[in-house]
Amino acid sequence: MSAAVDVVGSTRPGLAETISDWGRRNRWTLALVALLAGFLAFTKLIGPSYGPVQIQGLAIGALPIALAAVAQAIVVISGGIDLSVGSMMALTSVTSAVLMKDQSEGFAVVVVVGVLLLGLVIGAINGSIIVVTRVPDIVVTLAMSFVWAGATLFVLDTPGGGAADWFKGLISGSIVSDWIPRALIVLVLVCGVVWIPLRRSMLGLSLYAIGSNRLVAFRSGVDVGRTKIIAYALTGLFCALGGMAVTASTGAGSPVPGAYTLQSVAAIVLGGVSLAGGRGGIVGPIIAVFILQLVRTDLTFLEVNPNFSTVIQGAILIGVVLFGSVLAMRRVRA
Amino acid sequence: MSAGVGAAGTRNPWLTAEAWRGLFRDRPLIPLLGLLAALILVLELARPGIVSAQWLGVTLRAAIPLAILAGCQTLAMLTGGIDLSVGAVASMAAFVMATLATDLGPGAAIAIGLGAAALAGLVNGVGIGIFKVHPLIMTLGMGLVILGLTSVFQLAMVQTPVDVPDFIEWLGSETTMTFLPNNLLVFVPIAAAIILGLRRSGYGRLLFAVGDNPIAARLAGARVWQVLVALYVISAVFAALAGFLVAGLVKTATIQLVEESVLPSVAAAVIGGTSIMGGRGGYSGTIVGALILTVLTTLLIVLDMPEAARQILFGIIIVAVAAAYTRVTGES
Repeated sequence: MSAAVDVVGSTRPGLAETISDWGRRNRWTLALVALLAGFLAFTKLIGPSYGPVQIQGLAIGALPIALAAVAQAIVVISGGIDLSVGSMMALTSVTSAVLMKDQSEGFAVVVVVGVLLLGLVIGAINGSIIVVTRVPDIVVTLAMSFVWAGATLFVLDTPGGGAADWFKGLISGSIVSDWIPRALIVLVLVCGVVWIPLRRSMLGLSLYAIGSNRLVAFRSGVDVGRTKIIAYALTGLFCALGGMAVTASTGAGSPVPGAYTLQSVAAIVLGGVSLAGGRGGIVGPIIAVFILQLVRTDLTFLEVNPNFSTVIQGAILIGVVLFGSVLAMRRVRA
Repeated sequence: MSAGVGAAGTRNPWLTAEAWRGLFRDRPLIPLLGLLAALILVLELARPGIVSAQWLGVTLRAAIPLAILAGCQTLAMLTGGIDLSVGAVASMAAFVMATLATDLGPGAAIAIGLGAAALAGLVNGVGIGIFKVHPLIMTLGMGLVILGLTSVFQLAMVQTPVDVPDFIEWLGSETTMTFLPNNLLVFVPIAAAIILGLRRSGYGRLLFAVGDNPIAARLAGARVWQVLVALYVISAVFAALAGFLVAGLVKTATIQLVEESVLPSVAAAVIGGTSIMGGRGGYSGTIVGALILTVLTTLLIVLDMPEAARQILFGIIIVAVAAAYTRVTGES
């Protein structure tokens, strides 16, 4: 980023200017942070008992969805969409649960590495099929969601398996203070380790480039096919992380895919990632996941009929996109 | 193309790869029917004697609701959209109809079910056509909203028994002369309306135009938003009719009755040769696609394939057929 600024202006911008520039660029994310803070305050107001334990529960519940959202964000930024996120998470979750059952704690480390590789491979398979056949992303990933769901049933046809103790302990409880859940730290670390170097690399730039304009990216010398496959492989990697988060939080694997595909799409849209590609990041979607989870908690606190919470989730999804497109239309008119 | 023409002069044109490619491109129905015939042949070989008049009736009966839902997808996909709310709309309409039938009588219950579906379609259409919400998001979100509202309705009506009217059961599950399911009475008019509408009516042309190039369509004077609003209302009403037929077939209604047919309906349209990018396709291919999926399901059950293998094969076939289309049409 700073390199781009240097090229445009020969003088270094002042600190105030840098901050205001950063604020403008991250307006959506900042608004989400404010919204999240508002929701937390509101939750505390309507449920005075809301404390560290609930915050830990929130973080554990949000962890797999947040990882699914990051997975979806990467592929949508690169101009695709992956409807097989839920199935890939189910596959990696049951694989880790089956392999860890009745095994030593040390072997679990091998399993974690193996499942991460599995995620990369199945993601790369999705991407390769899209690049080689040139069939639209949505059709391929829809079809592959059947394939991965079927593979999941081969691995495990009824809920079962197990998880190593250290693995379960990784995301439960808190660290340093009661208010900082371990699951949150895991989320930040995992995303930071993968995303920050990626964002600053040539590859990260290429991801955004092929998402915003494939042709221009191609003419600028980006290997579009290779970048697309890598984007899908990274999505697979984050699905593997999400799948293992499911295993760690439940201590077992379930072959029924959760509603993660849908939730991931909702979160990235709310998180400011453009479905047209090329725009957005992963911080927005992660915050969006926490907001959506808090909405669910608040509805329980307010004793709203739980069936209405489905209605409200759908309405939020539509409302956010609607709001976004109304803003975009105004900008065009102005 | 020119190479194919040149080769035709020297060799039998039917033997060149180009001619085959042309066949796939211009008459996709022929290879699709070939695939369907091959599947039926394999089925007969796997279990001799299974293919009979009764089998035909059962297969058609199962394929028809899927074909109607796939019709909704075909129409939406022609404009470059998709309707993932068909499952929720169909289940909702069937559930509302079956719940209200005892108190209000079948006629009023059916009308209310259709009206509720049309309303849901209107919301979809307004979101997609006027507010330019991505169809995938809009219909996924509406699917959630409808599912939630239906379960609220279910709680409110928990005292009322769910009873599918006899007429709907007759329509959905009985067959005439063993091989003609009665649901053809609903399907044939719908199919005729879609096929003739797409080929002959101005509205049909508008659907293709919007999908091919929405900006060009708008500049040519088409009111794109009106086309889209009408499209999603039509789609929801057809979905509701499919929901009634499924309720008649299984003789009960639940709030997620038709949900599992949503992805197969997209698959049937894709196999039938409709492009998800819009502007290319038709309904006759989709009907064959729905038949292929139904026969394939039977075949995999007959072959005693585990559920896992069935899903994997299902996925692979969708990708393979879509890839074949992309190859012959040269689309990217």
